[in-house]
Amino acid sequence: MSKRDCLVANDWICGEYIRSRSQELTDATLEHVAITGASVLIGVAVALPLALIARRWRFLAAPILGVTTVLYSIPSLAMFSLLLPFFGLSASLVVTGLVLYSLTILVRNILAGLQAVPEDAREAAKGMGYGPLRLLWEVELPLALPALLAGVRITTVSTVALTTVGAIVDYGGLGTLILDGLDTQFKAQVLTASALCVVLAIAADLLLLALQRLLTPWTRAHRIRPGRFSRKAGAAKSVAKVAEPV
Amino acid sequence: MNAISGAYDWLTTSANWQGEKGVWHRLAEHLYFSGVCLAVACLIALPVALYLGHIGKGGALAVNISNVGRAVPTLAVLILLTLTPLGEHGDVPTLIALVLFAVPPLLTNAYIGMREVDRSVVEAARGMGMSGRQLFARVELPLAYPLVMTGVRSAAVQVVATATLAAMAGEGGLGRIITAGFNLQNTPQVVAGAFLVALLALLVEGVLVLAGRFFDPMRGRSRVSS
Repeated sequence: MSKRDCLVANDWICGEYIRSRSQELTDATLEHVAITGASVLIGVAVALPLALIARRWRFLAAPILGVTTVLYSIPSLAMFSLLLPFFGLSASLVVTGLVLYSLTILVRNILAGLQAVPEDAREAAKGMGYGPLRLLWEVELPLALPALLAGVRITTVSTVALTTVGAIVDYGGLGTLILDGLDTQFKAQVLTASALCVVLAIAADLLLLALQRLLTPWTRAHRIRPGRFSRKAGAAKSVAKVAEPV
Repeated sequence: MNAISGAYDWLTTSANWQGEKGVWHRLAEHLYFSGVCLAVACLIALPVALYLGHIGKGGALAVNISNVGRAVPTLAVLILLTLTPLGEHGDVPTLIALVLFAVPPLLTNAYIGMREVDRSVVEAARGMGMSGRQLFARVELPLAYPLVMTGVRSAAVQVVATATLAAMAGEGGLGRIITAGFNLQNTPQVVAGAFLVALLALLVEGVLVLAGRFFDPMRGRSRVSS
């Protein structure tokens, strides 16, 4: 077959589509990254104080964890819709919804990380005259960092996927292209945008993994390498017990 | 809030509950899709996961499938399937997507549940002369039960949520009330639909928690030995 126009033929894979709509794709990708990035950053900023409150006042831990778990069970379309009266059709609606989802894993992981700080380290810091704030910033948070970053990785990957649902209010990044592609039956647009979503999720995960290694070199330094299986099962345990919002 | 009192009005108008586009019909669609797909996903995933857990192989698969499931946007899969030739067969794309997204939590949790059974208990059972089958049915399965049920619960929540999103790909279910509300720029209807969906998701989760406790093979006995 000679030169055949894949746009006219509505093929799934179409180089011409990527060439002619590169601007549209770039804009959507940037919007996707911006929404995901803002959600995760705000999520961490909200989850950290919540985790600290839950640790400081034990009786508040159950309600905080309970509420964030309940939020996690609400389907994403319903979550965004319930926020509609408060935010209107806006990007802040999508970001707020995504922040609420991110809290479940972030609060849980940060709390677990803080609780795992060895009492010895805390005592030693206190003995050296550290005040509570300095203790938190210089001892507890760095020691809780691996758990925090593990939570951030899980959250980021699922947030990249969930951002697509923002298409319902026209702020879904690549999701908006996917939904438009359904209306126009434009196969190349749907497949390209979907593939970009997955690539974004993987790229974000790898980037955060690199950051994790960079920021917490001590987690690898003097640990006896556990067996292949036990390590994987251990890693899975922390992620498997929560549901996925869709 | 106007939208909230509007949503209350919408929910208390009996016309909105009747007929093809009414709440009852949409709810029936939603429950039908969700129930069938959860059952199919359980039939596929649980035997595989329990068997792999029993023989102790395939851990990487069971764990990684969860990570893959997290990275793939549900909406994209729904819409991609709708645009394939499968889309001409009505509900088929939705049913496939629902099963696909229900499998990872089932597989991962059931597998981990089986592997987390205390090895010394398994060895004691073997030492008592239990066969592989007895070990599976009388020791491993009852001890793995809580995590298996966690998987079922996650999968159910997932299925209810995915069935809601199916409305964006043009399918029925309660999500349709929300998407129709968006199309009509009718915020009260959007909020009312979202309230119903959220309520359904929480109810399903609650019912499964209770069912899980009721059917617990070790109900009233202590599972923790250490």
